Amino acid sequence: MQEVAYPVLTVLIFFPLLAAIGLFFLRGENTVRIYTLVVSIIELALSYPLFAGFKLESAAFQFVERMDWVGQWGVEYYLGTDGISFLMIILTIAVLPLCVLCSWTYITTRIKEFHFCLLFMTAACVGVFTALDLVLFYVFWEAMLVPMYLLIAVWGGPEKRYASLKFFLYTLAGSALLLVAIVAFRVAGGTFAIPELMEQNFAFSFQFWAFLALALAFAIKVPMFPFHTWLPAAHVQAPTAGSVILASVLLKMGTYGFLRFNLPLTPAASDYFAPFMIAISIAGILYGGIVALGQNDIKKVIAYSSVGHMGFVTLGIFLFNQRGLEGALFQMLNHGITTGGLFMMIGAVYERSHSRELEDNQGLGKYMPAYMFFWGLFALSSFGFPGTNSFVGEILVFVGAFEQNPWIGALMVPGAMVAAAYMLRVSLKLAWGRPTSWKQWPDLNLREWTYLAVPAVFVLYIGLAPGLCFKIMDASLIKLEKDVKEGAKIVSIQKENPLQLAFNSLKGIVK
Amino acid sequence: MNVNPYLFMPELSMFLIIALLFVQAVGSERMRDKVGVWLPIASLLPIAVSLLSVGQEGLFFHGAYQIDPLSQFFKVAIAIGFSVTIFNATRQPTLETEKRSDYFLFLAISAWGLMMLASSVELITMYLALELSSYALYAIIALRAKDKGAAEAAIKYIMFGAVSTALALYGFSYILAGMHTTYLAELVQKTWSFEAAPMAVTGMGLFLLGMFYKLALFPFHFWCPDVYEGASNETAAFVATLPKLGAVVILIRLAAMFKPGYDITTVIAVLAALSMTFGNLAALAQKDVKRILGYSSVAHAGYIMIGLVSGTAEGLAAASFYTLAYVAMNLTCFWVVSRVSVDGRNLQLDDLNGLHKRAPALAFALAVGAFALVGLPPMAGFMGKLFLFSSGWNHGYNWLIIIAGINTAISIYYYLGLVRHAYTKDAAEDLPLPDTSAFSFAGAALLSLLVLGLGMMPAGVFDFALKVGSVMP
Repeated sequence: MQEVAYPVLTVLIFFPLLAAIGLFFLRGENTVRIYTLVVSIIELALSYPLFAGFKLESAAFQFVERMDWVGQWGVEYYLGTDGISFLMIILTIAVLPLCVLCSWTYITTRIKEFHFCLLFMTAACVGVFTALDLVLFYVFWEAMLVPMYLLIAVWGGPEKRYASLKFFLYTLAGSALLLVAIVAFRVAGGTFAIPELMEQNFAFSFQFWAFLALALAFAIKVPMFPFHTWLPAAHVQAPTAGSVILASVLLKMGTYGFLRFNLPLTPAASDYFAPFMIAISIAGILYGGIVALGQNDIKKVIAYSSVGHMGFVTLGIFLFNQRGLEGALFQMLNHGITTGGLFMMIGAVYERSHSRELEDNQGLGKYMPAYMFFWGLFALSSFGFPGTNSFVGEILVFVGAFEQNPWIGALMVPGAMVAAAYMLRVSLKLAWGRPTSWKQWPDLNLREWTYLAVPAVFVLYIGLAPGLCFKIMDASLIKLEKDVKEGAKIVSIQKENPLQLAFNSLKGIVK
Repeated sequence: MNVNPYLFMPELSMFLIIALLFVQAVGSERMRDKVGVWLPIASLLPIAVSLLSVGQEGLFFHGAYQIDPLSQFFKVAIAIGFSVTIFNATRQPTLETEKRSDYFLFLAISAWGLMMLASSVELITMYLALELSSYALYAIIALRAKDKGAAEAAIKYIMFGAVSTALALYGFSYILAGMHTTYLAELVQKTWSFEAAPMAVTGMGLFLLGMFYKLALFPFHFWCPDVYEGASNETAAFVATLPKLGAVVILIRLAAMFKPGYDITTVIAVLAALSMTFGNLAALAQKDVKRILGYSSVAHAGYIMIGLVSGTAEGLAAASFYTLAYVAMNLTCFWVVSRVSVDGRNLQLDDLNGLHKRAPALAFALAVGAFALVGLPPMAGFMGKLFLFSSGWNHGYNWLIIIAGINTAISIYYYLGLVRHAYTKDAAEDLPLPDTSAFSFAGAALLSLLVLGLGMMPAGVFDFALKVGSVMP
């Protein structure tokens, strides 16, 4: 274990930003692509000190950087990482080179701007996962909206304008009250610093509304049922790299928000709302699965499956036990790897057939065995086949659910079954369906092998040897669970009917 | 009376410009052509002078005129705004050459009046300064060659202006009758509850109407979109920004009387909520860019009020900061509007289509301005809102903050519309090319940097604004 001599997190945020500016001095399409690829690999290399210096047994924030930003208001430039954000940071950085590779031939217009958006996104996303100041978090949270909006609106499919507008409006509208909540925390807690706010026990009437304001923003981002309607539109219209980032990183921000803010800052309210959150999570799992079953656009299948998968994550979070939290964090990582992989596969086949319809992409098994191998692997992972990464996460959530209440566990089972059904249906048609247009497409080329092999390796590695991930996350999750349970105990919840409670809390807010 | 002329150097420098413009306006035709050459450079003088006089303090003209951090802060802002509008207006295409120096003369007089307004601490002085700044505007709104809309806008502005002035004057008489003084320093010592002084509170209410009119706060906003639409782009840029500074400075001076819990404060809070909601909802339906900005200014007047009703030094500082940010953001948008509309016509949303290809710098500046108005970080509008919300929370008007938050969400749609048209739509082939000269680029770049800079490094300006906030008359 070694001490790191320079501010790693700041470098990870600002290196891609500075590199993005460098793009404008380049000429030639391939130069831009190669430059961004090199930048993304350097960024990956720059994250090495995180691995080298991360203390596994510590639940405290590590690699902390702290300085004044707006002194008068106590806004700070305050970064740090713990077991909860560590894996998310790595996931964000690791996805970048894959996005560059999978867009190599896919994106042919406004190439500089496209890669600028990718680099900007990465910087903002790393910022979201490392910020320990509420305002700083909000800044990064909103900053990543603009490049994502542009990714969909400029390089997206035929309905891109509608999809991008919907994405932007939903997410920004959701976070409008987040700002109010942030201000309320500052006034009630005297600081914007998240670790210091975690130490405090806020009154229940305050937690009640703060939880709702935070949860609305995060639930839209996850997205939880019934706030999910922007997701299929955005996924389907976004270019491959956009879908990959959306699935791998952006959706995780919502669940990360629950873990980082709702649980530790409003433990009593989280406890109070847990049954409700669990209910809509289960609704999301079932709804996402059933709707996915009926789709003929492959991208839509995966998009709706994301609604279901993220339902598992939120369910795990609000189970409030160790297994549930572990499972949730695992699933965040796994969904990033697996669904990211699936979206890249869809991009690869779309480049050949120029269609995402299941009908137009049937019978690939014979001519594209390598493609079908990868698809099969990711599909198995997607519905949680033993030996793949998602199995580990899903089983943990299941165990957590049965520990909490057998009924919750029982309600989840059909969700898992439906997931197997829609993935098998798609895989079956892709591999052995009767081709409608007889064209022999070439199998995967070296570039495609490269960007698909990386997630594939992780699917198997995490599935077969999940120990390292456990070690990284466990200390922080154990502390989180303890803090939340204690916090919920300290702040008493009035035993009133919910309407009366809401009304009383409202009076407290409005005075 | 011992008057130190150094104390009002900003006003004197502005007066110098007015004098030169006056000479030019009455001079020969050959002389008049030269106004665009020297004036932009000369307009930098008041900025320099007001920056130099930032630390000054003093009280003169029998206590009616006060030099303090508040007045100096706003004088800097007015000088900067004036200079930007002058640069912006040098190429105004809808103005006949022979009227050019008159046009600038009136702009300068209005800015001069606003500077004096910043230092007025006595009601009659305020009134005079306010009228000085307003009369000049009445004249220039009509200056748009052979345009019926401009005449209509001017008539509207004058008529409503006259009514609000009359109400304000009427209010004065009530205040004078109720409190027996017109000096703010004495007025703030009194109790401003309706039970204690019904006549004075009524009078203050009427006087505030005049200010609300300038600020375009609901329900005194109806002139605003029409006047923006009727006036030329460059004039609208001035009318939309600088008079707001004047109105806010007065409201800050009066804010000591708006203690939370007073009836008058509650009325202002309600008007603020209505203003935000109405402005944003009405803007959703607009197609004309200037009307969008008009309704957006109605909404922003509401946001600024949050700082005033909080009744704390932080609140006043936040309101000052936000006003400055608002001026910067709006000037950025108007800069783009003026540069895109090379023939001076009113821009519709569709006219912005494909701007990112035709003029990337302008499209970027427009995005910065629009996202800043939404309150998206890291732009100035975000920091401004953060300060406002933080200062306002827990002072009895939390509902107002929540309404402001919801309103931010509503406003996203139409601000995003500006960016959407510029970045994601393709231009029709017959659209005239926007101004892509180095001049246009430099202005866009400087204003964007200002908006981004205020957002990313607000500490310095805010600390100064805090000094402003701690100054009560």
